[in-house]
Amino acid sequence: MTKVQFYGEPPPGIDQEWLPGRLIAIEGTDGVGRSTIISILRDYLEANGWGVVDSGLRRSPLVGPGIDQAKEGHTLDPITLNLFYATDFWDRFERIMLPALQAGMVVLADRYIFSLMARAVVRGAAREWLEQIYGFAMIPDQVIYLDIDAEDLVLRILERGFDFWESGGDYLHDRSIYDGFMQHQREQLHEMSVMAERYGWDVIDARGTIEEVFEEVRVAVMPTVESMSRP
Amino acid sequence: MSTVNEFMDLPGRLIVVEGIDGSGKSTQLDLLHKWLRSEGYVTVFTEWNSSPIVRDTTKRGKRKQLLTPMSFSLIHAADFASRTHEQILPALQAGVIVLADRYIYTAFARDAARGVNRKWVRDLYSFAPPPDLALYFHVSLEESIRRIGAARAEIKFYEAGMDLGLSEDVSESFRLFQGRILEEYDTLCDEYDITRVDAHQSLVSQQVLVRDLVEPLLEDMPRREITNVPTHMHAGYVSLAAGGGL
Repeated sequence: MTKVQFYGEPPPGIDQEWLPGRLIAIEGTDGVGRSTIISILRDYLEANGWGVVDSGLRRSPLVGPGIDQAKEGHTLDPITLNLFYATDFWDRFERIMLPALQAGMVVLADRYIFSLMARAVVRGAAREWLEQIYGFAMIPDQVIYLDIDAEDLVLRILERGFDFWESGGDYLHDRSIYDGFMQHQREQLHEMSVMAERYGWDVIDARGTIEEVFEEVRVAVMPTVESMSRP
Repeated sequence: MSTVNEFMDLPGRLIVVEGIDGSGKSTQLDLLHKWLRSEGYVTVFTEWNSSPIVRDTTKRGKRKQLLTPMSFSLIHAADFASRTHEQILPALQAGVIVLADRYIYTAFARDAARGVNRKWVRDLYSFAPPPDLALYFHVSLEESIRRIGAARAEIKFYEAGMDLGLSEDVSESFRLFQGRILEEYDTLCDEYDITRVDAHQSLVSQQVLVRDLVEPLLEDMPRREITNVPTHMHAGYVSLAAGGGL
């Protein structure tokens, strides 16, 4: 069983003390390969009889469409953007993650609150404020961090193209898209590495091939998954 | 990220009104707004739940009843953040008067009435500039229900706090939920520097009081040269003052 604990005061509407499922958060920056790894891991776990649900940013029925629309306009200030994402996170937690945990499933969260905090911090939001807000988040059973450096990351991004927000286009106006990307990602990666140490995440080197990274992730998460009763 | 110290340098004035539905706060703010404009003051008006970027999401959430106490709280904070960034702060920086129909205290009262942790909501809104004048229009539950009943046929789901499951009956749920909000407002008036206005008084005498409270804040506020003011505005003020017994 997973003890239900939160980073801050427990939010209203959560009555359970224990949940039969497991919550595993996969963190890592834009383009590091999170979604690919999660998809393979999901297939692997399901093939072995575990029930799996994954949930990624902006997929909440409440806020997802609104964020997409707002981001198209490039008009979002950091605080509004962050609160949009916080709403999206909470909605997905209540609607997708929590019911799955109650049903004894493995929840693979494609990013958790930490990416959201790192993004807001590099855009000038106060760390203390962010920690207070995201105190509503449940402490996952495990956080896997896919680690990479900006130099290796940019080679992957070049192939699929740069994104306005991933390059800090909303606050690094006077940079070229390459310089903006490098600066924004370096600062985000720094924030993430500080949190990795502070919260004790399982850090996995994401510079290898997909097969290599997946194998490391698999080895890291199996003890958490297998601590549930076997299917 | 803004802090309280940064707010102290803002040259504008922020005037906010609070109260439950049917307290008459919007009417009072509207009268104040018209008076200030007729006197040549530059004013920016902002109301709860109106950000062009966030509003549609909130509306959809309400229509489809997707909102829970926490997502209700967060999406309203997003709306407020967007208006703070686009309307309130620029106007305060420019040194003009901002009139807000509902402010952070609405969130403090409603969210607490929904069981959200009070400290968490206060922290959530810590980016909000503190108002120069906050007016709370206090009305009894019975009077507010009487006024709303006259103006509106149907009470909305979230206004009645139907999401909390307090009662199957909409009127009863509304009564219980608004009663909780009234209690929260009472506490807030002690906690913050909020001026209570007895909203049972006549509309005119309330407006006279509001203008008396606002007048000291108008010093140094930029005014437009008033030429050709429509006469009914002056006449309105005169008759208002007369009606208030002055």
